Amino acid sequence: MVAPPPRSTSGAMESAAARGARPAPGADVEPKVRIQGLSYWYDGRQSLNGVTLDIPDRAITVLFGPAGGGKTTLMRLVNRLNDLVDRTKVTGRILLDGEDIYAPGVDVTQLRRRVGMVFALPLPLPGTVRDNVLYGPSLAGVRGRERLSEILERSLTQAALWAEVKDRLDTPALSLSGGQQQRLCIARSLSLEPEVLLLDEPTSGLDPISTAKVEESLFELKSQYSIVIVPHSVQQAARVADVAAFFLGGELVEYGDGPQVFTAPRDKKTEDYVTGRFG
Amino acid sequence: MRRMLLQRLGFVLLGLVTLVVVVPILLVVGVIVARGISAINWQFLSTMPYNGMKQGGILPAIIGTLLLTLGTALVAVPIGVGGAVYLSEYARDTRLTRAIRLAIVNLAGIPSIVYGLFGLGMFVLFFRFGTSILAGSLTLAIMTLPVIISTSEEALRAVPTEFRTVSASLGGTRWQGIRTIVLPQALPGIITGVILGLLRAAGETAPILFTVAAFYLPRLPRSPLDQSMALPYHLYVISTQVPGMPLSVQYGTALVLLGLVLSLNIVASLIRRYFRSKRQW
Repeated sequence: MVAPPPRSTSGAMESAAARGARPAPGADVEPKVRIQGLSYWYDGRQSLNGVTLDIPDRAITVLFGPAGGGKTTLMRLVNRLNDLVDRTKVTGRILLDGEDIYAPGVDVTQLRRRVGMVFALPLPLPGTVRDNVLYGPSLAGVRGRERLSEILERSLTQAALWAEVKDRLDTPALSLSGGQQQRLCIARSLSLEPEVLLLDEPTSGLDPISTAKVEESLFELKSQYSIVIVPHSVQQAARVADVAAFFLGGELVEYGDGPQVFTAPRDKKTEDYVTGRFG
Repeated sequence: MRRMLLQRLGFVLLGLVTLVVVVPILLVVGVIVARGISAINWQFLSTMPYNGMKQGGILPAIIGTLLLTLGTALVAVPIGVGGAVYLSEYARDTRLTRAIRLAIVNLAGIPSIVYGLFGLGMFVLFFRFGTSILAGSLTLAIMTLPVIISTSEEALRAVPTEFRTVSASLGGTRWQGIRTIVLPQALPGIITGVILGLLRAAGETAPILFTVAAFYLPRLPRSPLDQSMALPYHLYVISTQVPGMPLSVQYGTALVLLGLVLSLNIVASLIRRYFRSKRQW
């Protein structure tokens, strides 16, 4: 099922393999997102350096590593949220279904509907539970009471929150607990039926039970979506990863299928991090 | 022990300072109410002045001030709030926008008589509006703009950036994010700024001196191009230009102006409280 990395006598090729310039593990189909030679500068400081990475469809890809490694930056480039920031520079390419998302003429709002994002802190918008979940669809012009309540129930169910909030859909979103708020934010992203779901430490502020619930819903969701997650711990990374990518100082150090990266890392730095020697 | 004493001393001093601020306000209001209340009656508020303004009411001045404030609002609110939205949400940090901000801050510091002269040159003479409510409103609007822009911009910046990011991440355009989240959240602050600016405009004399105010015009204005009496100018006139003016009429006029401004202020804080209670973060 998993193709072994191509053996090569050339040292340069070997390092390219370690950087992930090979087909995604477990992917005999076209990868959902291809990141090619991506570098990024903010205010003259480089925070991503030549990252090449394939993100498979219908699987959980984990981006992990110590803080400042470029994981969040990478995510914010995949749905072009970084467009909102001034004084940045991007080189390299990101392909979604083979199409360059930074090509001129790309509709950014449409792209962000296809590539949803959940942030590290639960950030409910002002308004009720219902307002939050239906915010995206109504901006997209979805109308009709029946249509909207369908979306509401489906999204909240997928985020494992429906049972808890179905009787208080019209209470303020801020009256929910922290864990519920974070699942609400996941539901909010799912309301648009994105093809790719980016989650940036979605459980960092949550208790173990809420964390388990979020992880459970991720396992459900990966049958339909391409999921990319920055986990909040190595343990979580190992638990959820189908594919794992280790980032250090803006560079992709190692990339492979989950069990391999966490049990038999090829790179010394990955091993040190996974076994808890630093980070 | 010593520290406790010092702390107590500090509190007493701060209390005294507060008192120094409050006492003049109470004195001003108290004196004006005490001396002016006898002049206030329905006839004073609802009829034209006659006999060289020594008798009759001050209706044209009240209406004039209300119309001028309304005109100022119609011009200054859309432009001011629009400018604030642009500066806070769209403008990048360039030399141009920094120059614009500097200009706004400086505009707020210009003496009101200068605005009056500017209005005379620009609206009364150059645009040939004559001394009219239109020219006066425009002049007051320009004077009010800096206040509205800077307080509105402040209110918009106080809305957490994350809301904008979330809105964008859900496929919202920048404007959709502003319209659905940022503006509603900033509304209490914007309203406060708008009303503070308008109150200042309502009470100003210098900007309307050459642009709209009539010395003695015992009828209501017929069109925006008509002159009008206005409360601050009327107060100035009857206090300094008309010999033998009964003191109670002067204080009564001051009381009406004060009451108008204070009641607008109260309305402003009620609106603000209403929107605050609806806000959830």
